[in-house]
Amino acid sequence: MKTRAILSVLGEDRVGIVAAVSGALAECGVNIEDIRQTIISGVFSMTMLVTVDEDACAFDRVQARLAEVANDLGLQITLQREDVFRLMHRI
Amino acid sequence: MLQLSPEEIAETLTMITQQHFDIRTVTLSLSLTGCAADSVDGVAERVYERVVRAAENLVPTCERLAREFGVPIVNTRVAVTPVAEIAPAGAGDLAPIAHALERAAQAIGIDFIGGFSALVHKGVGAADRALIASLPEALSTTERVCASVSVASTRAGINMDAVLMVAEAVRATAEATADRDGVGCAKLVAFCNMVEDNPFMAGAVHGAGEPDACVNVGISGPGVVRAVVRSLPEDADLTEVAEAIKATAFKITRAGELIAREAAARLGVAMGIVDLSLAPTPAEGDSVAEIIEAIGVARCGGPGTTTALALLNDAVKKGGAMGTSSIGGLSGAFIPVSEDAAMSRAAASGALTLEKLEAMTAVCSVGLDMIAIPGDTPVETVAAIISDACAIGVINGKTTAARIIPVPGKSPGDTAVFGGLLGSAPVMSVNEWAGTTLVRRGGRVPAPLASLRN
Repeated sequence: MKTRAILSVLGEDRVGIVAAVSGALAECGVNIEDIRQTIISGVFSMTMLVTVDEDACAFDRVQARLAEVANDLGLQITLQREDVFRLMHRI
Repeated sequence: MLQLSPEEIAETLTMITQQHFDIRTVTLSLSLTGCAADSVDGVAERVYERVVRAAENLVPTCERLAREFGVPIVNTRVAVTPVAEIAPAGAGDLAPIAHALERAAQAIGIDFIGGFSALVHKGVGAADRALIASLPEALSTTERVCASVSVASTRAGINMDAVLMVAEAVRATAEATADRDGVGCAKLVAFCNMVEDNPFMAGAVHGAGEPDACVNVGISGPGVVRAVVRSLPEDADLTEVAEAIKATAFKITRAGELIAREAAARLGVAMGIVDLSLAPTPAEGDSVAEIIEAIGVARCGGPGTTTALALLNDAVKKGGAMGTSSIGGLSGAFIPVSEDAAMSRAAASGALTLEKLEAMTAVCSVGLDMIAIPGDTPVETVAAIISDACAIGVINGKTTAARIIPVPGKSPGDTAVFGGLLGSAPVMSVNEWAGTTLVRRGGRVPAPLASLRN
């Protein structure tokens, strides 16, 4: 089963954030569909649309792997199914 | 491609992390019609088996959903067929069925189970009588079991005999839990125009018109709405206020709809309804009273309160109606005094009185809720308070309810502490000129002309 999800990363800008996050995603077989990234007053903000292949890696395992990255780099990372955002913001 | 703007995503994340955005309750509603037996113990055994088997995956499923969607699910609960409807004929004490419900709730890991209930708005049957007589014992010897009694409806009028029986049960339950400020009464609600698909406690039951099992969901609480109203400029006019509440209600309802659909699919049961009620908690900021104050009333209960509440309640429905086609349950703001910190404060300061709460009942659900009154309030006065709430419901064709706690040994000015989600409340003073003769007349207040609609 393939699940579309929104990945949101927030934290102090530093070298290697994109590499660490996308590396973790690749390990879990998660495909990145789209990325938006910006820096506002030194705060790194990245939003990704990704597809989680739950046959390869369960959703909560991807979340657990991302929690490790968040911990290592001092970031806030959330991975949530895309439906919740789409339904809340579109009629 | 990402079809959402980063601002929209950030808005949802802020709602969750800073404004108490959540799913208030996922309630699995279960029919007990297969659980009838010749003896009370036989019913109790079947009820336990039915609940534990049907709801064994409820808690883990909701935990998984909350993780995947990133939206907290605050409560998971179970509602069952009103127990009086499956009680054996000629049964005495029905408390063993309440004990079975308690054990089942404990086994599946939920905090409340609703349905130790009877529907007596038109007449009291033998099983109903047994159930009402069992209430003090059932509620004082369980923690999780919630009870409700339907005593009035627009089609039947007010069954004053039943109102008086419930008032007696309220007093006796308070006495039986006197060491905890009468907390047993927090799990007992008297209804007018009771609904069959309410996901919220203490009044949740599985109605006769429902499928074998379904999932009913209560949307997020007042924190998000309060934050939105507070963010408006002070000169925003009332149409703008209503518009902002409407837009927020749409968003929180959509999340409720999504969770209801997913939970039903994963549990293999029907999706029931999404209840649009704003239900406060004692947590700071998660308050209906604070929304009323943010709209522009100095303190909840002051003049203007009913207007602000009417605006709020209507705007939530209008936004919610666009968010789901399965609106149900009570779908109106709750005003429980002890469960809403700002409402409790307003009552303590004298701004909010019993009479004002009764007026507020006319424009929202669900009536006189979680109100602490002096422990020595006469039974007839308690009955008259309940019947006044019912009269508003009967005439206006809406649900009203009364959850009143006569706190043993306490008087106006004292505070009753119920703990946890039930909060704490000042003991409110009660008008001494009650309709004692009115309620002692008994019989039924006839259904109003408005009920003849065919």
